[in-house]
Amino acid sequence: MILHELVTYETLRLAWWLLLGVLLVGFAVTDGFDLGANMLLPFAGRNDLERRVIINSFGPVWEGNQVWLIVGGAAIFAAWPQLYAVAFSGFYLAMFAVLVPLILRPVAIKFRSKHEDAAWRARWDWTLFVTGLVPALIFGVAMGNVLQGVPFRLAPDMRIFYEGSFFGLLNPFALLCGLVSVAMLLMHGSAWLQLKAQGPVAERARSYGSVAALLTLVLYALAGLVLWSWIDGYRVTSALPTGGPSNPLLKTVAHQPGAWFANYAARPWLWIAPGLGLAGALLAFVGMRMRREGMALLASALAIAGIILSVGASMFPFILPSSLNPRASLTVWDSSSSHLTLFIMLVVSAIFIPIIVAYTSWVYKVLWGKVDADAIREERGHAY
Amino acid sequence: MDLDIVALSRLQFALTALYHFLFVPLTIGLAVIVAIMETVYVMTGRTIWRDMTKFWGLLFGINFAMGVATGVVMEFQFGMNWSYYSHYVGDVFGAPLAIEGLMAFFLEATFVGLFFFGWDKLSKVGHLITTWAVAIGSNFSALWILIANGWMQNPVGAAFNPQTMRMEVTDFYAVLTNPVAQAKFVHTVSAGYTVAAIFVLGVSAWYVLRGRHLQLAKRSMTVAASFGLAASLSVVVLGDESGYLSTEHQKMKLAAVEAMWKTEPAPAAFTAFGFPDEAARETHYAIHIPAVMGLIGTRSLTTEIPGIDDLVHRAELNIRVGISAYDALQKIREAGSDAAVPESARKIFEANGHALGYALLLKRYVDDPRQATPEQVAQAALDTVPPVAPLYWAFRTMVGLGMFFILLTGVFFVLSARRRLDAYPWLLKVAVFAIPLPWLAAECGWIVAELGRQPWVIEGVLPTAVAVSNLGAGTVLLTIAGFTLLYTVLFVIEMKLMLKSIRKGPEEHPVPPPAAYRAEADPELAALPRNPLAAAD
Repeated sequence: MILHELVTYETLRLAWWLLLGVLLVGFAVTDGFDLGANMLLPFAGRNDLERRVIINSFGPVWEGNQVWLIVGGAAIFAAWPQLYAVAFSGFYLAMFAVLVPLILRPVAIKFRSKHEDAAWRARWDWTLFVTGLVPALIFGVAMGNVLQGVPFRLAPDMRIFYEGSFFGLLNPFALLCGLVSVAMLLMHGSAWLQLKAQGPVAERARSYGSVAALLTLVLYALAGLVLWSWIDGYRVTSALPTGGPSNPLLKTVAHQPGAWFANYAARPWLWIAPGLGLAGALLAFVGMRMRREGMALLASALAIAGIILSVGASMFPFILPSSLNPRASLTVWDSSSSHLTLFIMLVVSAIFIPIIVAYTSWVYKVLWGKVDADAIREERGHAY
Repeated sequence: MDLDIVALSRLQFALTALYHFLFVPLTIGLAVIVAIMETVYVMTGRTIWRDMTKFWGLLFGINFAMGVATGVVMEFQFGMNWSYYSHYVGDVFGAPLAIEGLMAFFLEATFVGLFFFGWDKLSKVGHLITTWAVAIGSNFSALWILIANGWMQNPVGAAFNPQTMRMEVTDFYAVLTNPVAQAKFVHTVSAGYTVAAIFVLGVSAWYVLRGRHLQLAKRSMTVAASFGLAASLSVVVLGDESGYLSTEHQKMKLAAVEAMWKTEPAPAAFTAFGFPDEAARETHYAIHIPAVMGLIGTRSLTTEIPGIDDLVHRAELNIRVGISAYDALQKIREAGSDAAVPESARKIFEANGHALGYALLLKRYVDDPRQATPEQVAQAALDTVPPVAPLYWAFRTMVGLGMFFILLTGVFFVLSARRRLDAYPWLLKVAVFAIPLPWLAAECGWIVAELGRQPWVIEGVLPTAVAVSNLGAGTVLLTIAGFTLLYTVLFVIEMKLMLKSIRKGPEEHPVPPPAAYRAEADPELAALPRNPLAAAD
């Protein structure tokens, strides 16, 4: 097959780096609101009916939303196998801590209202709260650790040795990033509830959401400041051919202050990403106060996209720096799949992502409108 | 079993995969059955078919949630516990998984919510399309997962790249059209249909025995019996042994499944019964049926099926070839630049590189395979024999059950055609007690396929022992305990909810003629002799 030679290896790697961003943003924007709504469940819903309204607001769509995460994981496996291998085995216990909520959440949503007992339902409600909070926190903590570099090294045959511990992940900067992530998804979940619920649930969501939007703004700015002042970035110090073989050990890397802001200095238009993060959060706050639900949800989605993309822009071409042996750091140019695999996967994505977006939009359109509390009370239709 | 990291990682993978596989086959099959029922509803307009769709759909939903929950673990575990595997074959293996997500799982998961919530929001045809989207999505899912799994059994269309130290795709079309993957897809999907058909048949039989929901239960039985008969015929006739002769280790798997120690002249006999003895390398009290094995395995009377001892000998030769490939690879890598690679090393690697994986079998015993002693080589060759007795028994359990399913669904198919589904209560009881059996058969099938693949994780390419992550045994023990606890609790809750929903039964919205449904609602009327025409639609 020579068709794939038409697109250069460099272009394909760049495209897959962007697609990684698209999948992460897709996950955070769609599954983000139901993780956020899960966190709000015990607080924005004060009685059984209110809580069922919250669950039913995302009940019909969360399964599709979560597929962004599944596909994100599989796409990393297919396009960035080294990243998949190092990150998933290195963050082993953190991954387990994410998997437990991901196992419990579908079951909790499905099982909670199948039994009348109040204690049964309360147990599942708190389970849902935890299954929203823990992944949100850990995804942020993981991001914070990636920015600081992860303690792994590669043997010449590419076997991976990770020399960190689970508690090592919980350092102050990483926890700060975890809080950014929690605040951001809380903001997003509140914006969703304001759009889908009515009455007291929407009102409470509005109060929590306004606070969360401001917190997102402040914590994100603070994290940026800390990154600027105290966290050393990484810089490639040798030649790194963009079309070279995927072997991370062929380059040299320096760990140095300010490196994470070098891209912004070189290409000032990249400031759009963090700018979007800050402006989106502010706009979400304004939208919530003005009761413009649609605007608030859109703004909060833009904030999430901006925040995630700003991390990618700052680290490029790094995707997983190694603190233990910086030259083993994974970059866009030396840890991807082969030219052919990237090409095939790009063609498949180019065909299916638009189709997915089309039918997902159609499903959201069918389900448009506020959750009908009366229908839930009277057990009409299939409601969780 | 030693508490080493390889054994623990395998244990965790087996536990989570076998558990996940409790839910997957029912999802695959029930989605299609529900879609068929709704199709009848849309075509005939009879509301009882809608009630059936909703009832079986409810059970489908409970099961689906568990499938989603346990599926996420499968997706992430390759990277978590098998990081060298992920690096070594991610270029090939990752692609079908990602395509599965993009093409199938997105479709299934996006529409499954609409299936439950869309009854009042969609037109009849709109909802039917939604249901079929779920069914097609779950079946396509199986296709891509089995393309990935088929490649583990028969790694076609890829080559080792010394620069990146991993397998890379050379021919993606060959990966897609892998004969092992195709055989596995048909076999696994048929197994899913059988699981679901016997589930529907058994639950409905229970209603008939209780005299509840007779109309709905009998129609469900008719669908289940005809669908189940086709599925169980397909699952037995199109078993995945058809792919067993395509590669060296598939031959080993077949020989192990048959406990066939020595090569026999074609066509080989089938061992219907016997006790395989791995220490003595023979099968005691064996009862042979002439020629059947040759026919099943080769679809011919003249092709020879090699026995275990011959295959071990061939493995030993492969290990020696593998060592020379390993040596050449080291020279290529030591050369640094492409130009400095000695021509002899390049030639040797080109000729022998296919056996590189066999050299890695020695890594269990010696760090550098080139230093292996003849005893270690002999031992590594012996390691290529998977555990014979478990495979032998798992295979026989699976095949025996498959025959029983053909019989069971066949009997109910005839009864249904004669409108005598409730004529023999003892048969209905058999159907109820048969409910768990397809699961047993499916899990046995998984054991035959995956335990039979050992000691390879990718046949001939990467031994399982080399593929694991460098994790502490305590860490993996902790997650095994965590998964076991979580899965046990969820299983208990899931079973309770399933049983509760089944006991509660379907909500029926009866249609004229009234006599047909009042007989069920009203105990006095129910006592009257039933009108045979009413049940006959």
